[in-house]
Amino acid sequence: MKKYLSFFRMRFINGFQYRIAALAGIITQFVWGMMEILMFRAFYRANPSAFPMEFSALSSYVWFQQAFLALFMTWFWEKELFESIKTGNIAYELCRPVDIYSMWFVRGIANRASKAILRCIPILLTGYLLPSPYRLVLPDHLSVFVLFLMSMLLGFLVVVAYGMIIYGLTFYTVNPMGIRMVSQSLAEFLSGAVIPLPFLPDKIRAVVELLPFAAMQNVPFRIYSQDISGSDIYQAMLLQVIWLIILVTVGKIIMNKALGSLTVQGG
Amino acid sequence: MIKVEKLSKTYQVARRNSGFREAIKSLYSKEYEEIKALDCISFTILDGEMVGYIGPNGAGKSSTIKVLSGILTPDSGECTINGRIPWKERKAHVRDIGVVFGQRSQLWWDVPVIDSFELIRDIYSVPKEMYQRNLEELVELLSLNQIVKTPVRQLSLGQRMRCEIAAALLHSPKILFLDEPTIGLDAVSKLAVRDFILGLNQKHNTTVILTTHDMQDIEALTSRILLIGKGKILMDGSLDELKGKSVHQDASLDEIVAQLYKQFRI
Repeated sequence: MKKYLSFFRMRFINGFQYRIAALAGIITQFVWGMMEILMFRAFYRANPSAFPMEFSALSSYVWFQQAFLALFMTWFWEKELFESIKTGNIAYELCRPVDIYSMWFVRGIANRASKAILRCIPILLTGYLLPSPYRLVLPDHLSVFVLFLMSMLLGFLVVVAYGMIIYGLTFYTVNPMGIRMVSQSLAEFLSGAVIPLPFLPDKIRAVVELLPFAAMQNVPFRIYSQDISGSDIYQAMLLQVIWLIILVTVGKIIMNKALGSLTVQGG
Repeated sequence: MIKVEKLSKTYQVARRNSGFREAIKSLYSKEYEEIKALDCISFTILDGEMVGYIGPNGAGKSSTIKVLSGILTPDSGECTINGRIPWKERKAHVRDIGVVFGQRSQLWWDVPVIDSFELIRDIYSVPKEMYQRNLEELVELLSLNQIVKTPVRQLSLGQRMRCEIAAALLHSPKILFLDEPTIGLDAVSKLAVRDFILGLNQKHNTTVILTTHDMQDIEALTSRILLIGKGKILMDGSLDELKGKSVHQDASLDEIVAQLYKQFRI
């Protein structure tokens, strides 16, 4: 266990190195969040009754999405991993007495967490200080907040597990670009990162909500904004757990198969 | 002990001619050629031996090292190292070996070298005293005193290489694979690295397998030479035997090897 912790630490320190990038990220995400809220405001004004969420709930959803972008963005890859597969640098990692899947999983968690921790607080604070209904609202009950945290952790792990499958598939293709583009556009839309899932037509939504992508940011942010409540919360979180187990299992199988027939590229 | 028997590995290589038309053609029908990287290789290396593994470019040297270090699964043949099959018991096997790939890096680019060392310590669960002892010894012998505190991106190739070698030895491996470890080193660093490897072998009886194109490395370090070409072992003998194959009396080692390559048509 200690080796994975140590690995986490290393990756964490590494992610902490880039302060200017973090500042730029914070500003971008703040502006982006603002624009998104204004866009939805236009829809809301046109026809409030057709709006599937409360407007204040939507604001909270957007602010959380921006604050924790690093945890949930499915288009965020570790270049080093693709590089190490492409150039064969993975040779060294295979020479370590550790499980590659676990090591890369930990690496993914550390990398995203280090980014998110640097960036979330300023965005959350500013979002909280904005005037209503554009502001981030605190939940009424502590229990909602606790469930939100648990669900966020689950969603985060689902994102990492999903990424692992893509890394695993990369072993088979030499060049990772294709798989990456397809998977990230798909995941971006279906996870509710472009527009929250309640905005989809009901029939489509019923299906989309069962997919693994809905088990990422969709659940925790909607729990927080109390768009999902009551027993629906448990149902959604159960689905998160199920998807996490499935994705990890599939990822491990792909990885082990790939490593068995691996050709380390380049001399 | 390393025991290798009838090891074979074939790669599929996609080949095509240059040009746009050829590129289009290869979209729907790719021609693969089978390259025998390893063709029925057998040898045995005893504990504490220092073996030079030589051969022309593309002969199968790196492939052999990859199989021995558990990274590559061969098509057929057997290989046991200290009683383990490397690619089947990878995790247990790699605990006992240290590997340096001269063309790759195992150090983290943005942080000081010592951080990478500590990570490696934890990955191999090296006990504290052993780590301290090894670190002190390595720092002194490879003169890394100032270097270890520097971020890797600011090191020269030679400085980095010495750190790579140190990193491969922190867990006191019984077997050390060196794949072109003196690539890009200046004279002083080269001598330091050679001295260090010799000392390591004498003091800890570490088995060393070394691939290189630098014949001086071979001369300084190894007592036994394996010559490989086109995936086959062509010669297995001492340095003197190699020298005995020379046509001219005072041919240099480089010339002898070049002559052998020609003779074997590899």
